[in-house]
Amino acid sequence: MPTSVDTAALSSSLNRRIGIHPWALALVFASLTLSLPLIVIAGSFLIPAQDIWQHLLHTVLPEYIVNSLILMLGVGVMTALLGIAPAWLVTMCRFPGSRLLEWALLLPLAVPAYIVAYTYTGILDASGPVQSWLRAITGWSYGEYWFPEIRSMGGAIAMLSFVLYPYVYLISRAAFIGQSICALEVARTLGCGPYKTFFRVALPLARPAIIVGLTLVLMETLADYGTVQYFGIAAFTTGIFRTWFGLGNSAAAAQLSALLMLFIIILIYIEYWSRKQQRYHHTSTRYDALSQEKLKGWSAAIAIIVCGLPVFLGFLIPVGFLIKWALLTYESVVDQQFYILMWNSIALAVCAALMATVLALFMAYGKRHYSNPITNSAVNISGMGYAIPGTVIAVGVMLPFAWLDQTIDHLFRTYFDISTGLLLSGTLIALMFAYMVRFLAVALKTVDAGLTKIKPAMDDAGRSLGMKMITLMRRVHMPMLRGSLLTAILLVFVDVLKELPATLILRPFNFNTLAIKAYEFANEERLADAACPALAIVLIGIIPVIYLSRSISISRPGHEYST
Amino acid sequence: MNTALELKNISVAFDQRKVINAISFVLNEGDIGCLLGPSGCGKTTLLRTIAGFEAPLEGEVWIRGVRVSDRKYLVPVEQRQIGMVFQDSALFPHMTVRENIAFGLQQMHGRQKEERITELVDLLEISEFLHKYPHRLSGGQQQRVALGRAIASRPRILLLDEPFASLDFELREQLAQEVRNVLKQDGITAVLVSHNQLEAFAMADIVGVINDGRLLQWDTAFNLYHRPVTAYVADFVGEGVFLSGKVISDKEVQTELGTITGTLSLGLEHGTSVKVLIRPDDIVHDDNSALTANVLDKAFRGAEFLYTLMLASGTKVLSLVPSHHNHPVNEPIGIRLEIDHLVVFPARIDHSCR
Repeated sequence: MPTSVDTAALSSSLNRRIGIHPWALALVFASLTLSLPLIVIAGSFLIPAQDIWQHLLHTVLPEYIVNSLILMLGVGVMTALLGIAPAWLVTMCRFPGSRLLEWALLLPLAVPAYIVAYTYTGILDASGPVQSWLRAITGWSYGEYWFPEIRSMGGAIAMLSFVLYPYVYLISRAAFIGQSICALEVARTLGCGPYKTFFRVALPLARPAIIVGLTLVLMETLADYGTVQYFGIAAFTTGIFRTWFGLGNSAAAAQLSALLMLFIIILIYIEYWSRKQQRYHHTSTRYDALSQEKLKGWSAAIAIIVCGLPVFLGFLIPVGFLIKWALLTYESVVDQQFYILMWNSIALAVCAALMATVLALFMAYGKRHYSNPITNSAVNISGMGYAIPGTVIAVGVMLPFAWLDQTIDHLFRTYFDISTGLLLSGTLIALMFAYMVRFLAVALKTVDAGLTKIKPAMDDAGRSLGMKMITLMRRVHMPMLRGSLLTAILLVFVDVLKELPATLILRPFNFNTLAIKAYEFANEERLADAACPALAIVLIGIIPVIYLSRSISISRPGHEYST
Repeated sequence: MNTALELKNISVAFDQRKVINAISFVLNEGDIGCLLGPSGCGKTTLLRTIAGFEAPLEGEVWIRGVRVSDRKYLVPVEQRQIGMVFQDSALFPHMTVRENIAFGLQQMHGRQKEERITELVDLLEISEFLHKYPHRLSGGQQQRVALGRAIASRPRILLLDEPFASLDFELREQLAQEVRNVLKQDGITAVLVSHNQLEAFAMADIVGVINDGRLLQWDTAFNLYHRPVTAYVADFVGEGVFLSGKVISDKEVQTELGTITGTLSLGLEHGTSVKVLIRPDDIVHDDNSALTANVLDKAFRGAEFLYTLMLASGTKVLSLVPSHHNHPVNEPIGIRLEIDHLVVFPARIDHSCR
């Protein structure tokens, strides 16, 4: 028989809905609006600007490209070193603290890279505790000894790696768990020891997953602004900033953004390709609960060090110092102004989170009920912004908004003799729009996943039991979606709170947030004062990590799923 | 007896392609009907049309004397007072077993509601997991709860879409029997969709064989097996082979196994080439028979062997033989025809699934 009944029935109900429905139309419109910044940036590539390219090529571009490549290479290697070995150890072995470390290894995700950079600079620069202690015990004075310079390419690589390795850890851990124990046991019976099994079977099997993790790390590396800016490294993001605000050349900034986007698109393609490869690396459908090997003595100690070191470097040390400095400075920093700051940040993040979740709900339902190639790709395009650096999105928002403002102003002056000035640029509307472009994907993915758990048969069951669609939504959909909606709100909330470059560019004049304040303190060399806003960001950032670690503990095969 | 469900000349099309073609049947109150057919034949679409999820291109659906579907008008699913059980139970995961069952009892309140729930719990024997969530139940338990939810408000008609397909093989027939008992005790009219004939026979009073969107026969299981009206039904239901033959009189067909006597359908002229349906129980093993066939293969089925035999002409037939007659492969054994129901189709016209 050519098709099964179910697919026939399904495709029919889809085809019947292909006719243009207002919902589908609104969905396509929303997604086009949200992709406007990306279209503007991509479009700037097509605008002939020979002289701008010539200029960029002769001056800064080679440096940006070389620096970004070195940064990517360094961070890639270091996150692989920091992330893969712990993933293997916590999956396959048991040693004192392994259960704790299994989720503690995720903690650095809570710390934005720029905050780690500020903290380590405070720790390691000439007046910091390490060098002071060194001078105290040796009797040397400043300048008489060599000490590694933290504000350097090497420093930036280390900072980014300390907080980005969890991506590699998380994904390679999932890959190791997903590997059929059979493949590993076969290797053992064929005479491979544990080390040989790891290098010859487990690691090659996990390679596509590790590449996926690395591409995510590299996208974050390219998107980073705070760290490279603070360390004075001429990379793409800092270059875009300087071209726009230093040189006032918005066209060149857009061109640079487009080039950076090209880098990102290549990474997205590699990620997509690796995810496809992953399918072929499933060795068997039989999954037994992994039997973990108990480590004792020296091997246990080495395992603890290998797994504990990243947690120390990426979380305990910076957070420890942040707490210490925050205790020292909170009296002078935490004042009326600081509460306004807190309020600004939280209100902004809550608004963005609610808006993104409502928008995601609207799009996910649109996709569910009016699914066709057009609505599907509209939804997919709306989720693309997450991979694009905040700096690029900010430029992509600024250009059309500024054009719109000028056009409106011009029209009003021509016809009504009134100047409207800036209506959109430099307002919270522009900032909110940028947040939607960047973070809608987070909400969309979560809501969509929640919605797919409500099978079409459940809708049918509800209706056959006499429920109207609206009752069904209230009594079945909402209770089942509640968790996903809260998660979506939470994730977007934290992402917005941590976001730096887009906020920096698009915020209204004198509108400050925690992230901006930390950035400003740090750039005024008031690193200890930066501790309070930084610590607030980190503490709030821990929330989604706890959520992640919970889903990690139930993701083991054989572990019963509970609602 | 009253008519519970009537389909009048129903056709359903997707993209101008007819997937259901002019199907009519009547189901009496309290009866259990089954739509039986291979996957892709349209049986689930037909069920969804009865439920009101799909609209017919032509024809009418009547439930208890009320027209609920025709070309122009559809009574919404939620107003039809039907119950439906799905392939994967489709229980609401955020509600306990009790809450799931109570979900279908919106109109009932207080004592009445409690009594109905208690009644169902006893009927379905689900008291021990009444307060558990669906994911804690086995597949069979989930389906029992789904049945409870569907019949709680005493629907006018119950629709079951392959309700046992996702269950273990051993569990299916047992549950099918259980479900039949529950429905009979509660006096519920039901339509079941299945591709498994044993399941259909275990549950249904009347079975419709569907192929390629057409209802080929709407009849009792006994008649489907012994008096199939098309070669497709003969082939699809039960085991058997076709033997070539020639009509030699009004009551006789000449085959290589001898002359078979029985009632022939009218219109077959003398000398017409025909094919005769031979079921495994139509060929009886008899050591004294002069007629022999070679054992080609055999399958042990406990009480019986199912022998695949090769006749002198090379035609293969099946024979069900008590299992103490254990003959090795390649040995010729004596056989005898014992046909109660002569089933004959003209040889030229190919009635099979085309």
